[in-house]
Amino acid sequence: MPKDQVVTPSTSHDKTVPIVDVQGMSVKFVSREATVYAVNGVDFHLMPGEVLCVIGESGSGKSVSMRALMRLLPDKAHIAGKVNVSGRDVLSMTKSELTAMRGRDVSMIFQEPMTALDPVYTIGDQICETILRHEAIGQDVAMKRALDLLEFVRVPSAARRLKSYPFELSGGLRQRAMIAMALSCSPKLLLADEPTTALDATVQIQVLILLRKLQKEMGMGMIFVTHDLSVAAQVADKVAVMYAGQIVEMGDVRDVLRNPQHPYTQGMLASTVHGQDRSKDIPAIPGSPPDMRLRVAGCKFAPRCPHVSASCQAAEPPQVMLGADRYARCILPDPTRDPHLLPQKVSA
Amino acid sequence: MNKTVKHPPNGLLSPPEIDVVSNKDPRDRGGPAQPLFIVKNLVKNFPVRGGILNRTTAQVQAVSNVSFQVLKGETLGVVGESGCGKSTLARLLMHLLDRTSGELIFDGDSVGVHGGMPMRKFREAAQMVFQDSYSSLNPRLPVEDSVSYGPKVHGMAGKAARELARDILKKVGLRPEIFGPRYPHELSGGQKQRVNIARALALSPRLVILDEAVSALDKSVEAQVLNLLRFLKRHYNLTYVFISHDLNVVQYISDRVLVMYLGEVVELGPVDEIYNRPRHPYTRALLRSRLSMDPDDRMDDAPIAGDPPNPINPPSGCRFRTRCPYAEPICASTPPAISQWTGPESHTVACHMYNPVDGHSLSGNPPAHDAMPDTDIQSRPTRVHA
Repeated sequence: MPKDQVVTPSTSHDKTVPIVDVQGMSVKFVSREATVYAVNGVDFHLMPGEVLCVIGESGSGKSVSMRALMRLLPDKAHIAGKVNVSGRDVLSMTKSELTAMRGRDVSMIFQEPMTALDPVYTIGDQICETILRHEAIGQDVAMKRALDLLEFVRVPSAARRLKSYPFELSGGLRQRAMIAMALSCSPKLLLADEPTTALDATVQIQVLILLRKLQKEMGMGMIFVTHDLSVAAQVADKVAVMYAGQIVEMGDVRDVLRNPQHPYTQGMLASTVHGQDRSKDIPAIPGSPPDMRLRVAGCKFAPRCPHVSASCQAAEPPQVMLGADRYARCILPDPTRDPHLLPQKVSA
Repeated sequence: MNKTVKHPPNGLLSPPEIDVVSNKDPRDRGGPAQPLFIVKNLVKNFPVRGGILNRTTAQVQAVSNVSFQVLKGETLGVVGESGCGKSTLARLLMHLLDRTSGELIFDGDSVGVHGGMPMRKFREAAQMVFQDSYSSLNPRLPVEDSVSYGPKVHGMAGKAARELARDILKKVGLRPEIFGPRYPHELSGGQKQRVNIARALALSPRLVILDEAVSALDKSVEAQVLNLLRFLKRHYNLTYVFISHDLNVVQYISDRVLVMYLGEVVELGPVDEIYNRPRHPYTRALLRSRLSMDPDDRMDDAPIAGDPPNPINPPSGCRFRTRCPYAEPICASTPPAISQWTGPESHTVACHMYNPVDGHSLSGNPPAHDAMPDTDIQSRPTRVHA
C-alpha cells in the first residue's frame, strides 16, 4: 500500500510561520469554593514539522495548556492571553469554527484510549465519523480510507479490526486506532497528551517510534505532553519544562537534558531513577508542588529550591534568555555572571 | 560490642530490637538460611462466565504454577507487563484471594491450612501497600486512627496504639501533631502513600508486599518514597516483595528479580545477573524496551512487536512463543520447565534454548544476550494476538 496516499503531507503552508503561537496564556478555573490558577503566563511557539515536548508533574498545567489550544475546557475555565493556531485566534472562534478546526487542522490523542473511544461503535465507524464530518464523501469511501489508515498505523489484520469494538482490542491496538482517527484528516498539528503512559514498556516504544515516523512522513507539528523525561529524549526537538503553571525552562532537547539551567529541571534529572548506585539514596527534590489555589509572590519553586535566596521570594524571576529559543525562569543562570558560579550541573 | 537500633515504645506489637552485629531478629524461627516465604506451585484460575445459564465457559489462568522463595532481608522485585498476573500474585500471597492450588510457607510454617500458621498470625507478619494511595485509606478516619487501627484489632490498648501510630508517622516523615488529625483528602499523593506505609508497619510485619507502591506518584515524590522504603527496611529489618512495571525502579531497589509473563515465571535471578546478562528472550526484549535518557540514542525499531496475548486462551507450549524471535515447533508443543533453583545466587530461566536436551535447534547454545534478533513480525509464521 502506498503510504503517502493515505494522508497528504502538510506542505501547503509556509514553513517560516509558526503553526502555534502562544503568548501570555493564563487559565484559571473559577468555582464558588475557590479559584485555581492552573496556567500562569505561558509563552511558546511551534514551527511546522517541529516536535515540542511539554514536561511536568501532575498539576503543573501541561494538560490544561493543551486543552486550551483546542478550547476543550469546561465553561468555568477562563483563558486569557494570545492563542494563535495556524494563524487564527482560537480564543475568538465561534462554536462552529471550533468544530471545523478540531479534527481537521488540530487533532488530539489522549492517555487512556479506552475512555477516549466510544464503547458502542466499532473502530471503523468512529474513524469514519471524523472523515465524514470534514469531507464530502460517501460512507463506503470513508470506510475504505479508515482501512488504509489502520494499515498506515501498522495495525495487523486491519480489515478485521475495522469491525471490532474498542473492548476487543489490546491497549496498544486501541492507541493505534486513536492515532488513526486523529490523523484521518491530515491535521497540521497533533496534540498528544501522555499517549504512552498507560501502555506497557514493550508497547510504549512501539507507539513512540510509530508516532515519530508518522510525524516525519506527514510533516505535521506535534506537541507531546509527558511526565517522563526519557520519553521526551526519544521524541522531542525542543522541550518546555512546566512547574506550577509556568514554563520554567525551554530549549533544544539536547541542551535542556544535558545542561539544565533551572534548579527544578536539574532536580528532576537527578531524581529520575535510571541506573543509580544502589547503595546510595536518590537525590530527591524535597517537599511537594504548591497549592494552585494560592497565588504566591516570587518564584514558585523557591520553597523546594536548594539555591534559594531572598530575592527569589521577593519577585517573580524573569525569563532569562540563554540563547535563541532557550530560556529559564530563574535568576541564577544569568549569562552576565561568571559561569563558574552557576549551580552545579547534574549528570543525567 | 553489640550495637542495637533504638526502637519506639515497648508495646505489645512494637518493632523488634535488632542486633545489628549478628542481625538476629527475635521473631526469627527457622534461622537465616530458611527462606522467609516459600511459594510452591501456586495456581489461580478465574472462571469466565457467559451464556444464558451463566455457566463457566473458560478459565483465565492469572497465575499458573508459580514457585519461588523470598529470602530473609532481601527485596525481591517482580516485573512484567499488565495482565501478567503480578497483582493477582500479590493478592494470593496476602490471602486476599483464595488460591486454586499451591502452597505458601512462611518461615517454615504452612499458611492457611489446618494445623499450620493461623491467619491472624500471618496477617501480623505480612502486610501490603497498594498502588492507589487514596482508595486504600478509609476517607472517614483521620490518619492517626487509620494507622492505629491494626494494632487495636490485634489487641493493643487504645492509648498505646495511638502512641505507636504517632511514632511510626514520625518514622515515615510525617509530623504526627500536624498530620495525625488530618483526613486522607487533606493529604497529597506522596503523603497518603507515606500513611499507607505507616499503616503497614504498625503491626511490625516481617514481610511487606508493595504492589506498584510508587507507580502513581510524581517522579520527584517517587524518589522520596523509594528512599524512605530503603530506610525503613534497614531500620525495621523488613523483607520486601516489590511489584512494579518500572524496570528502572526495580533495578534500583531489588536484590533479586523475578520476571513474569502471562501468569508464569520466565526468569529469576540476582538483579545484576538479570539486568546485565538476561537469558529469556522476553526479559531481553523487556530490558531493551527501556528508553534511553540520551536524545542522540533513539531507537528506530522496537525490540519486540505486538502486545501480550489474551490470558483467557494463552498460546500452547511456551506462552511467549507468539512474540519470540527464536520460536520453533518444540516451543508450541511443550511448555519449557524452569531450571532448578539452587540458592540465592542461582539464575533460573524457563526456555528450551537453555536446556541442552529439549530439542530446540539452539538448545544448550543460546544466543548471546546482546545479539539482536530479527523482530520483523510480518516475516514470522506465528501471529501475535490472534
